[in-house]
Amino acid sequence: MKRLRMSRRARRDMFAFIGFTAPNFLLLGVFVFWPIIYSLYLSFFKWNMISPKKTFLGVANYQALFSDPVFWQVTRNTLTLALFTVFIKLAIALTIALQLNRNPKGGSIYRAIIFSPTFTTSVAVAMVWTWIFEPTYGLFRYLFRALGSTSPDWVHSVQWSLPAVIIVLIWSGIGYDMVLFLAGLKNIPLEIYDAALVDGVSPWQNFIYITFPLLSPTTFFLTITSFIGALKAFDIISIMTEGGPLNTSNVYVLYLYQNAFQWFKTGYASAISLILFLLIMIITLIQNKLASRWVHY
Amino acid sequence: MGNVAKKRPFRWYLGRLGTQIILLTISLVIGLPFFWMVTTSLKSPAEVAIFPPIWWPKVIRWDNFITAWNLAPFGRFYLNSTITASTGVVLEVAIASLSAYAFARIRFKYRDILFLVMLAAMMIPSQIGLIPNYVVLKHLRWINTYQGIVIPHVSSVFGAFLLRQYFLSVPSALYDAAEIEGLGHVQTLFYIALPLARPVLGTLVLYLFLAKWNSYLWPLIVTNTQSMRTLPVGLAMVRTAEYAIGPEHLMAASLFVLVPPLIVYFIAQKQLIEGIAAGAVKG
Repeated sequence: MKRLRMSRRARRDMFAFIGFTAPNFLLLGVFVFWPIIYSLYLSFFKWNMISPKKTFLGVANYQALFSDPVFWQVTRNTLTLALFTVFIKLAIALTIALQLNRNPKGGSIYRAIIFSPTFTTSVAVAMVWTWIFEPTYGLFRYLFRALGSTSPDWVHSVQWSLPAVIIVLIWSGIGYDMVLFLAGLKNIPLEIYDAALVDGVSPWQNFIYITFPLLSPTTFFLTITSFIGALKAFDIISIMTEGGPLNTSNVYVLYLYQNAFQWFKTGYASAISLILFLLIMIITLIQNKLASRWVHY
Repeated sequence: MGNVAKKRPFRWYLGRLGTQIILLTISLVIGLPFFWMVTTSLKSPAEVAIFPPIWWPKVIRWDNFITAWNLAPFGRFYLNSTITASTGVVLEVAIASLSAYAFARIRFKYRDILFLVMLAAMMIPSQIGLIPNYVVLKHLRWINTYQGIVIPHVSSVFGAFLLRQYFLSVPSALYDAAEIEGLGHVQTLFYIALPLARPVLGTLVLYLFLAKWNSYLWPLIVTNTQSMRTLPVGLAMVRTAEYAIGPEHLMAASLFVLVPPLIVYFIAQKQLIEGIAAGAVKG
């Protein structure tokens, strides 16, 4: 009698569990997991997304990709963009967080202003920055002249289009990193600094030997997530430079978009998306492996 | 001793001053583009096209906003953005709550494995879904529809994970009491778990709303008529339209898009910042 009641309850729980999680798993299955399989499948075909016929190519898309100079240029751009964005952004964000952690006057106002780009519409951000970078009447030309140098034609320049994009990505991302660094700093127990004070440690030594090592979990987490985030950059670049001039600011997601939805090279674009997927997977796995080894708690 | 006491205040003041200078400089740099957007949107065409640029217009040109509003069906874009962002938030929060409750409170043999499967989805970049999702939507005949914009992005991993943590932190005596009272899982979720999770729910709703309002790439791909564009896509299209648009009008149009998220941000900035600091929100 008792067993029967238990099993009825277990069955009721089973149905409840399935019912509660079914919407999420259905959507995850169709829109998140299925795309991996389907992209892999499509990457072996030539298809224009419209015609009912797909032509099997084997690994030809991958061969073409690896001998495509634009793909390598895009790879180089994406990695350059990610590295520069991440390190400059983290360095500035950490500087701000260290200053805010000293509880200065007006700290919460500074924090609110510096964090404000985090939730602003990237398209609008790209619009105003394009106008700031404008070579004839733009604000940057004025500021550069005030500093005694000339401003390049940022978004139309082969050399400066990628740096222009990096500047905007740093501007939009500092606030988020700052808030996480600040949270990390608040977790460092104050007694450690008191002990150091007794030993007559200088502020710089304080930072090098105490703050920075104890902050390493936050730094590590932010480095990885910002890097992955930068690999996925699209909005600002597609508006500001459209990847140009001559693909000098083109990146993975934009090249994927162009191939898929402008040139209708669906199979080729799928191969790009799988490369991006693999890259992010490898970084995530490295993160899981290294998290325990690099990070000092 | 006296020497040290004399020296420290001076260095202390110097340090404080340095802090203020650093923070003020960075705040100005961060704030400058916002200011530049506003001041440009109020200038006359002549004031926009002069060098060196002027910081503030002589006469404020409010009519720039009227001109900008008529560049494209911005009213329609507002409607589309509001509908897709709000239904998206409601659906995603509902889906997250149901999953979170199941993983926190319902016993099931494969629960732990399924939880790992769900977490694995967090690692997958959404960009790999662009083509496959488009193909699925084409089969469903959902291209250029609201459901096409909304549904592919309402599955929830982070929200579900976050709410599950919260549901687990509720003392189990409360759940036991609910069970003794004869409450089913649906009732327990609605009358006990969700009301207690209100602060987290609030942050989640705000964050999801902002993310959906600002999203660009997916609505760009899945819409193909002007009447279905959301605000960010509509704004991008205004710029690429064949006729040249003055910066003053483009900045005014950008403000149409930017003002709602900025208002939400400045009302709720404390909650958003603290939510992120507490690891409540994924960036």
